[in-house]
Amino acid sequence: MEDKILLAHGSGGKLAHDLVERFVKSLANPLLDKLDDSAVFDISGRLAFTTDSYVVSPIFFPGGDIGKLAVCGTVNDLATSGAKPLYLSLSFIIEEGLSLKELEKVVGSVQRAVREAGIKIVTGDTKVVTRGSADKLFINTAGLGVIPEGVNVSGSNARPGDKVILNGAIGDHGIAVISQRQGLSFATKLKSDCAPLGGLVAEMVKASPNINALRDPTRGGLATSLNELAKQSKVSIRIEEKAIPVREEVLAACEMLGFDPLYVANEGKMVAIVPPRDADKVLTAMRKNKYGKDAAIIGEVMAENPGRVVMKTVLGSHRIVDMLVGDLLPRIC
Amino acid sequence: MKYITEFRSSKLGDGLVARIQQRSKKPARFMEFCGGHTVTIFRYGIRQLLPPTIDMVSGPGCPICVTANDDLDKAVALSQIPGVIIATFGDMLKVPGSYSSLEKAKAEGAEVQTVYSATDALDIAQANPDKSVVFLGIGFETTAPTIAASILQAEERGLKNYYVLSLHKVCPPVIKALLDSGEVELQGLVCPGHVSAVIGSKPWEFIAQEYGIPCVISGFEPLDILQCVEMLVEQVEKGESRVEIAYKRGVRPEGNKIALKLMGRVFEPSPARWRGMGEIAGSGLKIREEYKSFDAETKFDIKTAPAVEHKGCICGEILRGVKTPADCKLFAKACTPEKPVGPCMVSAEGSCSAYYLYGGGRGG
Repeated sequence: MEDKILLAHGSGGKLAHDLVERFVKSLANPLLDKLDDSAVFDISGRLAFTTDSYVVSPIFFPGGDIGKLAVCGTVNDLATSGAKPLYLSLSFIIEEGLSLKELEKVVGSVQRAVREAGIKIVTGDTKVVTRGSADKLFINTAGLGVIPEGVNVSGSNARPGDKVILNGAIGDHGIAVISQRQGLSFATKLKSDCAPLGGLVAEMVKASPNINALRDPTRGGLATSLNELAKQSKVSIRIEEKAIPVREEVLAACEMLGFDPLYVANEGKMVAIVPPRDADKVLTAMRKNKYGKDAAIIGEVMAENPGRVVMKTVLGSHRIVDMLVGDLLPRIC
Repeated sequence: MKYITEFRSSKLGDGLVARIQQRSKKPARFMEFCGGHTVTIFRYGIRQLLPPTIDMVSGPGCPICVTANDDLDKAVALSQIPGVIIATFGDMLKVPGSYSSLEKAKAEGAEVQTVYSATDALDIAQANPDKSVVFLGIGFETTAPTIAASILQAEERGLKNYYVLSLHKVCPPVIKALLDSGEVELQGLVCPGHVSAVIGSKPWEFIAQEYGIPCVISGFEPLDILQCVEMLVEQVEKGESRVEIAYKRGVRPEGNKIALKLMGRVFEPSPARWRGMGEIAGSGLKIREEYKSFDAETKFDIKTAPAVEHKGCICGEILRGVKTPADCKLFAKACTPEKPVGPCMVSAEGSCSAYYLYGGGRGG
């Protein structure tokens, strides 16, 4: 019979100890290996600190799983403040009965994502709850990063005249996850764009320390992120529908499901608000990175009608792009 | 799949807009019947591209929006019966009835599951033999055939715990009622694309012939709408009134015979209540006697308090094309997509929701 997670795995006893050891072995680094209750380290400079919980359903989806997502999501949140991500905590809440194989697969993904992102897991926790109290597996991660000297990135820094740059096609993650949902599954080769963007952002910041704002459009999609930026900075943002990269498969799935790609979730996208004189430099740097090959200038920041996002449609008319209202589909990340 | 970007080409769009601008001389008001068309028109800012001679008004073609409060109340009442699982399209959850919504009922413990097709509801019934699954049959001729098929499948699979609350509506009679009311004067009708894919073009003939109104069946991409408007303008300028199909890749004159047969086998015409328009003869579909054992209205004793309308909500007038969301005092104030007062703000195809989302809460 397949090995399953039992309540005893979370009891603090022998089974729990073994489970933690297995995790530690695969995620090994000097800070974690000590197995003390807290990770202890020196760090200097301006810090960025963030946390997020991951409850995606299903836990495995094309292009990733909840483990990869839990690392990338938090790394990307750090990157949006221009920080170099350094350390992560990793906490599992496991539903009794989850197969050990699945859990190991998730830990393997965490390991690969951590390696790619060049960060360390320095502390963690595991809890097991009775069947029905969670859905297979929930993960929480928190992250610490250091902001390079001279970088001052904030959602409230967008200025009229700034260019809006996006690193690639939108909507892949949301559609990839939905395509696996029970009762909704449809065949697509589409993969989630889930990726750690710390490296991309480091190169962008190197190309121009003057980047004013960064945002990773996850739940709520590009539309919601742009609205947040416009409101925070008290400016308006004008985007060009034609300039926004969207894959044909995403367009097709959106038509079928009645979604607008502007509102579909991403997990590997970054929007940068850059002063016009630096826009080309940042764009060139982005295109050299594997997560920025399709980067494009999609619009610009304006002074009038603060808080608004307006889109020039493919037909040349204009329309307002509001925030996402309600839920497209729950538990996408 | 290559059916999208081609129909959003700016080059072809520019050409169509130029032809419409050039050709349109007589003032004309066109109604887009279908909520899906309203959304495309707003999403692509099509009204801005049309000459001042053309006025577009939105019609009653949003199945959620036209569902009367009495019927919404029935759905909520059914969800309160112990052992009942409500299976429904997601759009229905938030729609406020007289006193509550399915979303609220769900939060209070009712079993309400969102499905993407009636077949999923059958699976829920099969997986829960000790419960009764009631599927909310909402929609026009587009969804009715699949729901008819689900009843036939339930019979085949021997399911004794699957029921349908048939609130289906058919489109041509409501257009007739609208035109007979004399409240709106139209010079053209953008006929629904997917309804026509099922019923074909014949059922619209009476509008062209008896009322002298040009009719063009349209698809849902921006170029579809522009092409349809161009064809309507052409008829108006020539003083003609015919039914034409602009949506040739989706609609055949005879419709979908298999779908029509399925629908006719399980359902028969009945009167139906429409929000803002009251009861319209022959505009509904009820389950035929042979399939009564699948009818939720036969199986359950559904008790509801008298329906009440929301004070100040003008959804009814908006659905009749008499008023626009901008005329409503509640619009974007007391009534928003987060806290909808009327169904036209809830449904993705509702006029109020389209005005709100694409007009920035301030209308057109």
